[in-house]
Amino acid sequence: MSLLSVWPQTSRWGVAAFLLLPALAFAESTPVAPPLPQKTLDTGHTAWMLVSCALVLLMVPGLAMFYGGLTRTRNVLSTMMHSFVAMGIFGVQWVIVGFALAFGTQPLIPGFVGWSNDFLLLQGITPETLWGETGVPTYLFAMFQGKFAIITPALIAGALAERVKFKGYCLFILLWGFLVYDPLVYLVWNADGMLFKDGAIDFAGGTVVHISAGVSGLVGALFLGARRGYPHSTMKPNNLTMSLTGAGLLWIGWFGFNAGSAISASASAVQALTVTQTAAAAGAVGWMLIEVFQHGKATALGLVSGIVAGLVAITPAAGSVTPAWALLFGVGASAVCYGMVLLKTKLGYDDTLDVFGIHGVGGIFGALLVGFAATNLGGFSQFLIQLKSVAIAIALAGGGTALIAWTVERTVGFRASEEEEMLGLDYSQHGEVGYGLTHL
Amino acid sequence: MKLIIAIFRPEKLDAVRAALIKHEITRMTLSRVSGHGRAQHRTGLFRGREVDIPLMPKIRMEIACNDEFKDEIVDAILQNARTEGDTPGDGKIFVLPLEECIRIRTGETGGEAI
Repeated sequence: MSLLSVWPQTSRWGVAAFLLLPALAFAESTPVAPPLPQKTLDTGHTAWMLVSCALVLLMVPGLAMFYGGLTRTRNVLSTMMHSFVAMGIFGVQWVIVGFALAFGTQPLIPGFVGWSNDFLLLQGITPETLWGETGVPTYLFAMFQGKFAIITPALIAGALAERVKFKGYCLFILLWGFLVYDPLVYLVWNADGMLFKDGAIDFAGGTVVHISAGVSGLVGALFLGARRGYPHSTMKPNNLTMSLTGAGLLWIGWFGFNAGSAISASASAVQALTVTQTAAAAGAVGWMLIEVFQHGKATALGLVSGIVAGLVAITPAAGSVTPAWALLFGVGASAVCYGMVLLKTKLGYDDTLDVFGIHGVGGIFGALLVGFAATNLGGFSQFLIQLKSVAIAIALAGGGTALIAWTVERTVGFRASEEEEMLGLDYSQHGEVGYGLTHL
Repeated sequence: MKLIIAIFRPEKLDAVRAALIKHEITRMTLSRVSGHGRAQHRTGLFRGREVDIPLMPKIRMEIACNDEFKDEIVDAILQNARTEGDTPGDGKIFVLPLEECIRIRTGETGGEAI
């Protein structure tokens, strides 16, 4: 009895303390010192980047499982293929020209796209060549960035799932890499890029990866139109257990994605890892609480959506906020993404797996909030810089996607025929089925 | 009373259901089944080789109804489960006499219970 009577008061204090935390943490925080410049190969940094590189690639099969489990049985394999084929296409594109366009040191189109002959097929560099003063070999930096070039177009697939032609999808992501991804990386991460020079903060790809994928997903979904039967027929996930496993792999891989973006085994990487963990957990708890209050039940799909929303939002901010702020990034992202997913149903467009609702909206939320939250920069002027970079990313991704979708529709075709769609993309596009136990 | 059992292509399910619901036929039982008909086997790819998939996936729909609804139901299924062209594999409709129907909740029997 005594415990119960004490509880409400302590919990009220607890809530008050929780709300005050970010303000306190903000006041006391100091910027993390960048790692020291390295003129020779640093084994510590290199070891961590080797691990990070593998972790980011782990996110792609994770994404395949996450998305694959959420579609109907007849489309499970084709949806997983969308992620896997990106590993093939961009594994090749990146080594041939992608890295040169995104990280080239001479301007091809000043401020927008670069070029380096040395990076064409990576032929002008050796395994010993170091990337700037990071102490990490350029090969490794290129491979690490190449994994980002794989997962970003794979994210878009969630918005096109269950009705996109496989050939059209492959051509779409290849053109998208050239027209949207490579220039956007240059703009934001290349030292000669326009947004980099402005001082826009995008630690690990909130703008480059999540806003661009989210907005492109929205434009692609609008271009393709809704799946046949949407929204009247129920289109239930074929295997939520696989989606949960996939979301778990995404969370694990995200440590490479965010903490690896420090390009060093340093305090900065440790900070990124800490806030990534915190925001993901806060996102999960946030989404769960919203659902419990609205429906009385916490769903598995809701919990993993919260995890992804939290991870997306903290991505641009991972190098510059405190753990207390990370809690706000996670909970806040869950709230706005939850709202967007509800709004989608009202607006009636068919973003199959909520790529815009979670990656687009969560990415924009994180990129703008970091303007206020960044420990060393926070404030209104930074907010304006962030706003500009978000606007440019939206314009580039949206405009580029519309142009590419139009081109693909008029060449190999973008949307599957009615017959192909009703039969299921697994059989109509690949001649295979995901679960063959009963019919083989 | 009749029991109508229809076996047809899975991709036609949405259209058949929509047509039945339009005619206010909303009580049905569905299952995923596999079997043989006169249709050619589907082929699938395995390691670059075309292979037969001997069992064809189909939908089995069961509807119990009073006699006067039979024609309406059969027509709706016929019109919506048929594919263009002349390839076998669209399925079959079986109409069986139904001896008794009992609603478990109330114990009602016969045409009332359907």
